[in-house]
Amino acid sequence: MIVVELRKLFRRPRTWVTIGLLNALPVLVAVLLAWTDLAPRPGEGPAFLSAVLTNGTLYPLAALAIVLPLFLPIAVSVVAGEAVAGEAQGGTLRYLLARPAGRTRLLVAKLIAVVAFVVVTVVVVAGVGYVVGRLLFEVQPTGGTALSGTSLTSQELAVRTLLAIGYVTVSMLGVAAFALFFSTLTDSPLGATLGALAVLIASSLLFTLDAASSFAPYLPTRYWLAFVDLFRDPILWRDVVRGVALQAVYVVVLLGAAWANFTTKDVTS
Amino acid sequence: MSTVIGTTGLVKRYGQLRAVDGIDLDVRPGDVYGFLGANGSGKTTTVRMLLGLVLPTEGEVRLLGEPMPKAARRVLPRVGALVEGPAHYGHLSGRANLALVDAAGPGGSRRTRRARIETVLEQVGLAGVGRKPARAYSLGMRQRLGLAAALLRRPELLVLDEPTNGLDPQGIHEIRDLLLQLNREGTTVFLSSHLLAEVEQMCTRIGVLDRGRLVLQDELARLTSPTGATIVETPEPDRVRAALDGRVLSVTAGRAVVRGADPAEVNAALVAAGVPVHGLALERPSLEAVVLAAARTSSDRVDAPGERSRR
Repeated sequence: MIVVELRKLFRRPRTWVTIGLLNALPVLVAVLLAWTDLAPRPGEGPAFLSAVLTNGTLYPLAALAIVLPLFLPIAVSVVAGEAVAGEAQGGTLRYLLARPAGRTRLLVAKLIAVVAFVVVTVVVVAGVGYVVGRLLFEVQPTGGTALSGTSLTSQELAVRTLLAIGYVTVSMLGVAAFALFFSTLTDSPLGATLGALAVLIASSLLFTLDAASSFAPYLPTRYWLAFVDLFRDPILWRDVVRGVALQAVYVVVLLGAAWANFTTKDVTS
Repeated sequence: MSTVIGTTGLVKRYGQLRAVDGIDLDVRPGDVYGFLGANGSGKTTTVRMLLGLVLPTEGEVRLLGEPMPKAARRVLPRVGALVEGPAHYGHLSGRANLALVDAAGPGGSRRTRRARIETVLEQVGLAGVGRKPARAYSLGMRQRLGLAAALLRRPELLVLDEPTNGLDPQGIHEIRDLLLQLNREGTTVFLSSHLLAEVEQMCTRIGVLDRGRLVLQDELARLTSPTGATIVETPEPDRVRAALDGRVLSVTAGRAVVRGADPAEVNAALVAAGVPVHGLALERPSLEAVVLAAARTSSDRVDAPGERSRR
């Protein structure tokens, strides 16, 4: 079942088109920066972008920072929102369940396929960012500079980049959990996707509002950019740990709700 | 195992509405069971409850002797289903679709998969379909592919909802022959339909659903057994009344209905009286008459609130 779902997802041209489009923006930004040599000043624009001109090995992180606020969540919401509702809309859900695929199994397989998509997407963005960074910018053989000003060995930098990829993946799992839950509620994949995006937009908006500060720490997007802290010296773990814990709570609660809803629901699509 | 599909007091309530209102289905091995009912009478909801897609509010479903939906994982691989039209992944070919659905559940051996797919495509007449994606199929081809998916694991029971939908007359004939052949080989067929002619031609037993209730369930042969009257075709029906006074039930243009279950005896009496006889036949009720007598109104008809009290 899991293999079936993975095959369905990755054999679909649309999946690769989405991943391809997702990489277009960071590549465009890299080309523009290399062309004009005009990097944003430190503290402005997406994280890490100010540093990439002098050190191309930071570009995977800059690429992730560029797609993180909007593009990546959209791609994840589309795929996760499609998971169950797409099958319902296409009518294939009733045949999968009458096969019988088993409702819990189907949901788990969908979840694993979505996780695989998130991992593949984040890794591809980072990978493309790495290649682009090596090709277009100067590379310091000794490693990079931490945001705090001290220098990192290339080994340290590699480890921290992997940690950052992992952290972004975890953040996206929260988005996936929202979309998957909505996907079990409706027969319209578009509705599920937009529902998840609405949650994220509301969360980003409330985060900027002082009046909402009492529950700001619990907003799903609150710690998304905390992966930047992995590049301070020493690493500032506080927000990273909180971010992972918060996403874990969202994932567990929403998947529980998705499971409870899907296994007791009348499939009339 | 005496019943293939057995339900007891099956109820599905949606809010106030009782879509299925306490039905007791009894489908036996070897039956071609025609499940008849107007649109909206609860046929599809019932079929979905049989397959565990919709969960009953009350009552029990037993499929191949096992409780549903509890034993779904054991039972459903032995059941082939076509529910409310076929559905496929449009970007994949017919073969890829069949392989994917077969791999999605238990009971379909991987080693035999390829051979099974070729066999069923042959059976439904899609053997030469090639690599064309399913979204490019015609309605009839999709219906055939849906049927192929239902046949993929040589099921003991086929649950088919309007299986000839979208097929042309030749296609309908082919599929009917295929289903009857499978039935002769031991497959029980549960056929949900509102096409009386289709059911009359294929089925051995029928159940009639009217607004969620099973108003009739019996052998087709018994329901349409002779009524004990003989139909006489004659250019002079009025003379039949004179010849067989007191036995004539009705007279219409060119035809008289006479009491008596022996056409030969009726014929002899008429010929002796010099009445010209063109044809004689035992009177049988048509399935249509039987169904209409059992289920009175079309359920997609929506009457004003006052008239609902007749229920």
